[in-house]
Amino acid sequence: MADKSSSNAYWAANIRLIRILLVVWALVSFGFGILLRPMLSGIAVGGTDLGFWFAQQGSILVFLVLIFVYAARMNKLDREHGVEE
Amino acid sequence: MDQYTLNLLVVGATFALYIGIAIWARAGSTSEFYAAGRGVHPVMNGMATGADWMSAASFISMAGLIAFGGYDTSAYLMGWTGGYVLLALLLAPYLRKFGKFTVPEFIGDRFYSPTARLVAVICLITASLTYVIGQMTGVGVAFSRFLEVSNATGLYIGAAIVFMYAVLGGMKGITYTQVAQYVVLIIAYTIPAVFISLQLTGNPIPGLGLFSNDAATGQPLLSTLEGLVTELGFKSYLTQSDTTLNMFLFTVSLMIGTAGLPHVIVRFFTVPKVADARSSAGWALVFIALLYLTAPAVAAMARLNLINTFYPNGVGEATLSLAEIEAGADAQGKDITWVNNWAKTGLLKFEDKNGDGMIQYVGDKEANELTVNNDIMVLANPEIAHLPGWVIALVAAGGLAAALSTAAGLLMAISSAVSHDLIKGQINPNISEKSELLAARISMGVAIAVATYLGLNPPGFAAQTVALAFGLAAASIFPALMMGIFSKRINNAGAVAGMLAGLLVTVVYIFLHKGWFFIPETNSFTDANPLLLSIKSTSFGSVGALINFAVAYVVSGATKEPPVEIQDLVESIRVPKGAGAATHH
Repeated sequence: MADKSSSNAYWAANIRLIRILLVVWALVSFGFGILLRPMLSGIAVGGTDLGFWFAQQGSILVFLVLIFVYAARMNKLDREHGVEE
Repeated sequence: MDQYTLNLLVVGATFALYIGIAIWARAGSTSEFYAAGRGVHPVMNGMATGADWMSAASFISMAGLIAFGGYDTSAYLMGWTGGYVLLALLLAPYLRKFGKFTVPEFIGDRFYSPTARLVAVICLITASLTYVIGQMTGVGVAFSRFLEVSNATGLYIGAAIVFMYAVLGGMKGITYTQVAQYVVLIIAYTIPAVFISLQLTGNPIPGLGLFSNDAATGQPLLSTLEGLVTELGFKSYLTQSDTTLNMFLFTVSLMIGTAGLPHVIVRFFTVPKVADARSSAGWALVFIALLYLTAPAVAAMARLNLINTFYPNGVGEATLSLAEIEAGADAQGKDITWVNNWAKTGLLKFEDKNGDGMIQYVGDKEANELTVNNDIMVLANPEIAHLPGWVIALVAAGGLAAALSTAAGLLMAISSAVSHDLIKGQINPNISEKSELLAARISMGVAIAVATYLGLNPPGFAAQTVALAFGLAAASIFPALMMGIFSKRINNAGAVAGMLAGLLVTVVYIFLHKGWFFIPETNSFTDANPLLLSIKSTSFGSVGALINFAVAYVVSGATKEPPVEIQDLVESIRVPKGAGAATHH
């Protein structure tokens, strides 16, 4: 295993990344899809509003991006801290 | 060629494929049996996870749920996909690094407590068994509808197929059949959807067609549909009827329940590296999204087709008459034989209450003369869209693939909990690898027999228990795993107290609303009028999880911190390096 301080820095960077991505995760689903839907009702999308689109499709597309961003960023982080397999 | 022969040919061909894979992918070691030798490519594992996760409910029932529930049911779409973000970021890579075989094993080791492991085993078996009943009944129904055999015979055939590849190949056999089953089910789901989207909107991609214009009216499809359902007095398709609180908590429960379901988690033990576990969760969601982006389109379009079928001249004009249904053609001469075909199965029922010879389909329950089962929205789709017979046969094979693949994954989780966590973990720790492999195979055989029995004699509450499975996973398993990885301070006492508290509160809340042990009329509340605010029993898993987290923190804070070797264990699962060593133990 890498030395303690490097491994602490690695973990802190991982937590920071997880936090950012989970904020986006919550924003598109619970936010745009449910709680903030009334505020987005002015933006029309194909016969309905943006909130409906996020609830039925948009959030799923964002989830996909989030996971691949996480995987790519973590691969980079693994290499930078010398903890990759 | 008649429809029956076509169904037989297509279903028979897919089954021959699964048996071929069973013979090719035999397991020779416990590592192969429990974790497919940890040699599964992340994209392959993503595909297998897609089939593992998408059950008969996703394939057959979900589109119907959305078709009749509208916006409120978006919770299913977000919840059942958003859980994969949690899996990828919070659980899968670390559990893969841990490098053992089962979910209870991690909980037992991390919290240095056989009690914690036992609680996890009980949750796992309860959740997985309740879940598998639905799959087995689904297999029986699909067989009897498409292949004209009895429910029981269909169930035996399905069980025999699963027995072959699960007992012979364990996780290895299951993985590669799931890959094949994914391909079958996604083709079967997509083809009818593409044709229907083309017919209604001219757009070949259903997910885009949903937000396009309806070719018949030139208006957006969704506003056409909204206009029709509100005019007929049904609940609105586009606006929210559920309370915001309940919809929010229901979505949270489905998300963390998805991330905490053991049969999904163990799929990520089969990939070679920690980095593969992360990307594989992404691939799983790609393959799941192919169906989940199509489902809301199938839902809206099937609902529109249904209304148009019963109002051939438009809403407000004469409805379909009994004579037209009998003749199989409406006033314009359009072929509507599917109505009569599906009335025979009982999934579509009509009753001419006012005796006018016409079937009124309206929101008012007293006046409505048509009841439609959710499942028709997918099953009858090819006939509604007048697609050729081979597409109908494909839908039959797809429904069976969805049910069988999920059943096999659940049975794998159950049997490894029995052979690895109970027999090796608690009863006989010195068991040789060869004996453990035999024990695993026997456990698998027994699990299949039990599931078949329950499929033949489904308890009356079978449909209600899905809430239980997700509630258990959300309230007990997910928090324990997350705290085990992200906190070094949570100790054995805290974890056990937290899991039990989350579990008990959730189960009691479900029983208070659904009846004690699901016995009818022993409930004190109903989901329409729940105990706490507007929180339905299906949404309570998230509250149970919160209680689990809180109790675990308080109890851990008041008791001794975990020993140094446990803190080192947590340190080691947080970095990918060194997973190879654990692989070959």
